Amino acid sequence: MRTGRHVWLGLLGIVLFAVVFLVPFAFILFTAAKTQTEAGELQFSLPTTWTLLQNLGDALRARDYMLVIAFINSTVLTVASVAILVVLSAMVAYVVQRRESRWNGVINFLVLSGLIIPPAVVPTVWVLQELGLFKTLGGLILIEVAFGLSFCVLLFRAFVATIPRDLDEAAIIDGAGPVRLFFKVIFPLLKSVIVTVVIVQSVVIFNDFANPLYFLPGDENATVQLTVFNFQSQFNTQYNLLFADILLITIPPLLLYLFLNKRIVEGMTAGAVKG
Amino acid sequence: MSTEVGTRRTVTPAVTAPASSVRKKSPYPYWFCLPAAVIFFVFFVVPTFSSFFFSLTRWDLTDWEFIGLDNFIQFFQEPALVMSLKNTLIYAVVTCGLKVVLGILLAQLLTSQIIARGLLRSVAFFPVLVSTIGVGLTFQVLMDPSNGVINHALALIGIDGPAWLVDPRTALLSVALVDVWKGVGLATVIFIAGIVSIPREYFEASSVDGASAFRRFWHIVLPLSKPAITTVIILSLIGGLRSFDLIWAMTRGGPGFTSDVIASVIYKQYQAGFYGLSTAGNVVLFLLVTAIVFPLYGFFTRREVDL
Repeated sequence: MRTGRHVWLGLLGIVLFAVVFLVPFAFILFTAAKTQTEAGELQFSLPTTWTLLQNLGDALRARDYMLVIAFINSTVLTVASVAILVVLSAMVAYVVQRRESRWNGVINFLVLSGLIIPPAVVPTVWVLQELGLFKTLGGLILIEVAFGLSFCVLLFRAFVATIPRDLDEAAIIDGAGPVRLFFKVIFPLLKSVIVTVVIVQSVVIFNDFANPLYFLPGDENATVQLTVFNFQSQFNTQYNLLFADILLITIPPLLLYLFLNKRIVEGMTAGAVKG
Repeated sequence: MSTEVGTRRTVTPAVTAPASSVRKKSPYPYWFCLPAAVIFFVFFVVPTFSSFFFSLTRWDLTDWEFIGLDNFIQFFQEPALVMSLKNTLIYAVVTCGLKVVLGILLAQLLTSQIIARGLLRSVAFFPVLVSTIGVGLTFQVLMDPSNGVINHALALIGIDGPAWLVDPRTALLSVALVDVWKGVGLATVIFIAGIVSIPREYFEASSVDGASAFRRFWHIVLPLSKPAITTVIILSLIGGLRSFDLIWAMTRGGPGFTSDVIASVIYKQYQAGFYGLSTAGNVVLFLLVTAIVFPLYGFFTRREVDL
């Protein structure tokens, strides 16, 4: 009887979850595969004729391959920001964890502030403009790094604490300087947390909408999240292409999730619990 | 939080050597922090501090004119802007409350012995990773008052669905519901992590005493999940108060100004060229977030120590 109830509960759960969580995604897929008129009816139904590939192609070609350019921009943005974030925040976390000093209080406060305080939009635009970085991909990369540092430092610091100091001392006795010690001995040992940071931050930055909107305006600079918006106004009635676009930008996180499900959940909860 | 305390205790005395010893170069040089510090300082600290000054000015990014508190006076005299302040609070409280309640119930379900548990966990978490804009536009279509899938489904069971995003009375709450749909997965996995760390003996002892499932939840799971509840409350309050993407994607603050929040006002004023007013909005948001989150943080961490 006990197992019977659990099977029943499980089945109910599956149905409920399917309706609540899967129907919206099925809707995206179905609408992305419909013809323009059928998509315009906004119904949840299988497409009568599947035109998925053609729609995806149309979405990619629209407005002079804007989505293709946006994918390139987003890839550059994500890869560069995450690479800088990993190296810089690992260095900070390492020194802060290993060295006890009066600075630690200040650094902890800054890390906490970085997590809590909403960034000021116009003053940031002003700083970027003064530096000649406004509307440049480089400027946006630095912004993403600045806003992501706190989270990454927290994750790295917790992990550095698990690496025994004997290792540092052995390397120092062998004559390794600070740079060698960190990059040759410590950094490779951080591999598993680096993977977590890379995945979580990649998803966050790839999905970022507000910062590109504020700090990298302009069609030629569009990142993928902004193309969806441009599509919406341009293809006001072309829902099939709008959803083809949404489908395309959902695929990268979906692929990551399929292969690295556990790592992502781990990273996000670990970061959350420490924040 | 606990790890930090733990690590600080494990510092070996060798590193914090007495000052009398020869001043050796530390193997952990501070310049390692320099690149990160420069970026953080230039792109986060400087804008944050300068926002206090620029909120008191009328400026166009090159020239500024000091006008005292005029921006703030204007902010609190404009009904639409006052409404955005109220909406921000409503949005944060509603999303936070629902995420806590639904998250802990889902976590309870997903830690019990049901079939396809792993699959259900994965499904509930996936929306967290999807583009907020994509989710917003999808639900905008699903919530269409006359043709939308949701109202069609409601009609099937005899319910006359609301106009969701089109009705000024329901627009903000509709967006909040979608926010919960997207974010409840994160709350759930945090609660799951909390629940699985509860020692099994408690449950065994309670079943020996013949406690019902409800009592087990109420007297064991709930009190022992306090740290997880704290985390979820703080995280979702921060997220809710700062929320911009979803509202922008779904309503752009409309109809009228009925679903505007401070973050969308900041962007609208920036677009309209009122940089001083926009920055004043940022300062208001800053004060709101710090006034709510920092005391809460202190309150909860103190309570945890008491436990």
